[in-house]
Amino acid sequence: MGCFFGEHPFSFLNDSTSHFLERVHRQEYGQLLATLIGWLGDMELAEEALQDAFLAAVEHWEREGVPHKPGAWLTTTARRKAIDRLRRSRSDAADPQELETLPPAQMAVTENFDDAGEIPDERLKLIFTCSHPALPLEQRIALTLHTLGGLTTAEVAAAFLVPVPTMAQRLVRAKRKIKDAGIPFYVPPAHLLAERLDSVLTVLYLIFTEGYAATAGDALIRHELCDDAIRLCRVLELLTRRTHTDVPDTQYAEVLGLLGLMLLHHSRRTARVGARGELILLGDQDRSSWDRRAIQEGLALVEKAFNMGHPGAYQLQAAISAVHARAPAAEATDWPQIAALYGELRRFEDTPIIRLNQAVAVSLAAGPARGLRLLEPLAGELSAYAPFHLARADMFRRTGQTEQAREAYRVALDLTQNKVEREFILGRITSLGERQ
Amino acid sequence: MKYLVLIYSDEKAGVSATKEETDAWMGEYVAYTDALAKGGVMLAGEALHPTSAATTVRLQNGKKVTTHGPFAETKEQLGGYYVLDVKNLDEAIEWAARCPGARAGSIEVRPIMDYSQAQ
Repeated sequence: MGCFFGEHPFSFLNDSTSHFLERVHRQEYGQLLATLIGWLGDMELAEEALQDAFLAAVEHWEREGVPHKPGAWLTTTARRKAIDRLRRSRSDAADPQELETLPPAQMAVTENFDDAGEIPDERLKLIFTCSHPALPLEQRIALTLHTLGGLTTAEVAAAFLVPVPTMAQRLVRAKRKIKDAGIPFYVPPAHLLAERLDSVLTVLYLIFTEGYAATAGDALIRHELCDDAIRLCRVLELLTRRTHTDVPDTQYAEVLGLLGLMLLHHSRRTARVGARGELILLGDQDRSSWDRRAIQEGLALVEKAFNMGHPGAYQLQAAISAVHARAPAAEATDWPQIAALYGELRRFEDTPIIRLNQAVAVSLAAGPARGLRLLEPLAGELSAYAPFHLARADMFRRTGQTEQAREAYRVALDLTQNKVEREFILGRITSLGERQ
Repeated sequence: MKYLVLIYSDEKAGVSATKEETDAWMGEYVAYTDALAKGGVMLAGEALHPTSAATTVRLQNGKKVTTHGPFAETKEQLGGYYVLDVKNLDEAIEWAARCPGARAGSIEVRPIMDYSQAQ
């Protein structure tokens, strides 16, 4: 089974069916799995049954053509496979008899292909289960991509540059903990919802940033990971909008903010990397290659979020990104506004990184000397953080303190593993000219 | 599901408490235990004597070896426990968070194995 769900699970099929199955897998896996978990109450069994169903689809669809409602076909097949598996295992965990005598209404939902649209969307429950704070963060991230995003174990492993067996074990551990510790499969009750949604947003945000600023490896951006994070955030937005009565406005506004933030960042994906794969900073990017559609959508989301009147950390970060998106040229950037937004952001999240970004904005709004003064108190906490030294180097360069700039670039270089970023820093050192 | 709720704290911290403080603390535990019982979730619960009263036993080559004190020296020590029967981990966590010991130290929530579900 493991090798079947490898990098290209359906590559042995004829092109159109294989393509189609891959798309169905990506788009519907999360929803199908969530539906099955809701029905079986067992994540592992649901997953095995769904894999059986995809295997069966390989055979049937090629022979008899793709069904009218592939999702419904897969659900029905997976249910039969689950019953088969339960019979074979003689497990007491769920009684096959009981499963077959489900309420007719519930059965009809999956038996009647034409009503596939009526299958209740259980994904929100799955989102909360996967992001449960009792799971280590790395397990939450992997599990979310795997179960909701429909990424294979090999794909998740590749995304985080870990060996496949390591990722497989991480996923097994997460699923086992969910089962053994009794992590519920539900939308948390109202009094827990805000706290839990924070955890969900953190997971999606980390998936995005891992793709956006790949910490290791040769590629600067792993677009697929960003795409996956955006796709999952869209699902979350849709689901929290639907259950609006339960999700407080303060939280829903942050969901909008996060989606807007991701889209605005992602709009610069092609402009951010040069022809040789090197990093291009915001100020040097060719703004005509920014993705206008992503920007429009991102700006609209930020506006909608702020209109709800509950600002939060993601909304403010999105608003900062929106200021950049609105500037027709780097010189036209409204730095005082960005500096002010960082100040506002610090009311929600006062971290050294945010203070660093604020210092950069201030240096561009009011001069490098003021920026350097704001950096000073951060030197201890951020001594091992390359972007801190990069920002410092840049401000020294702008005040004409070439030696200090060179020194700071060297420190940044020592702290950087990403090949593309290292080349960028080396380029900066070279551009400072020879030592006087 | 059944959970063992283990209450850990630095037992030395309680030594210097005045009688009023100790009484207030006991009162909180009585109220908490009451709430658990009223909630219908408590199967058991006890407070333990400090680790100075503990004895650790091992069999080495069939021979009984006892040492005084706890199995391991740690910063926080097990001071008591509850056994709860609740719907899921979230409920267990909520009850654990209400335990007075959560403020003084830390509470470990451990699911209890259910052999009736095993194959």
